[in-house]
Amino acid sequence: MSRRRRFCKLCAGKVHLDYKDGRFLGQFINENGKIIPRRITGTCASCQRKITTAIKRARHLAILPFVER
Amino acid sequence: MRRYEVVFVLAPTLTEEEVDQQAESFLKSAKDKGADVKEVDKWGKRRLAYPINKHNDGYYTIVTLEEPQGAAVAELERRFKVTETVIRFLSVRVDLDEKRNQKLALKREVRQKRRARKRAEDTREALAEKE
Repeated sequence: MSRRRRFCKLCAGKVHLDYKDGRFLGQFINENGKIIPRRITGTCASCQRKITTAIKRARHLAILPFVER
Repeated sequence: MRRYEVVFVLAPTLTEEEVDQQAESFLKSAKDKGADVKEVDKWGKRRLAYPINKHNDGYYTIVTLEEPQGAAVAELERRFKVTETVIRFLSVRVDLDEKRNQKLALKREVRQKRRARKRAEDTREALAEKE
């Protein structure tokens, strides 16, 4: 994923955030499965909150991993 | 009306028919509680991101339903808990978020229109001043 770009991916394009869309949410986790902070992805605060809940829901359903080696 | 999205994951030890049967019985109990089932999305067998109860795959089913109170979802959750073949489930209320998003989209549209109008006026004024 491209780093250090200063715009919010979610606000810019009209993307509907869905916890079932593992491929899209995969952009916001690193190789270890951790959520990438918004200072790196450049997402706005409200979108980051939404992403966080979506990722956590996806993890519960085993769509995304908790940890990845 | 409240709108819910209910996802449940069934164990891979079941056959396709058994999965359909179980899903059908869940839907029936939801309907009995007064829910209006809008959509059923079957993903089929899918690889899990991590093993659950030593299973590596699971049958995913996503149900969208509408109901006045939370009775049907409560009943579904109760049944998911007692059914051992359900390895994961999640129910999310989606109507509030949808409403909010619609409102925001509307606001954004109005703002954009206003801006466009303002810009047009400004250029007209600038032109008038030149003359």
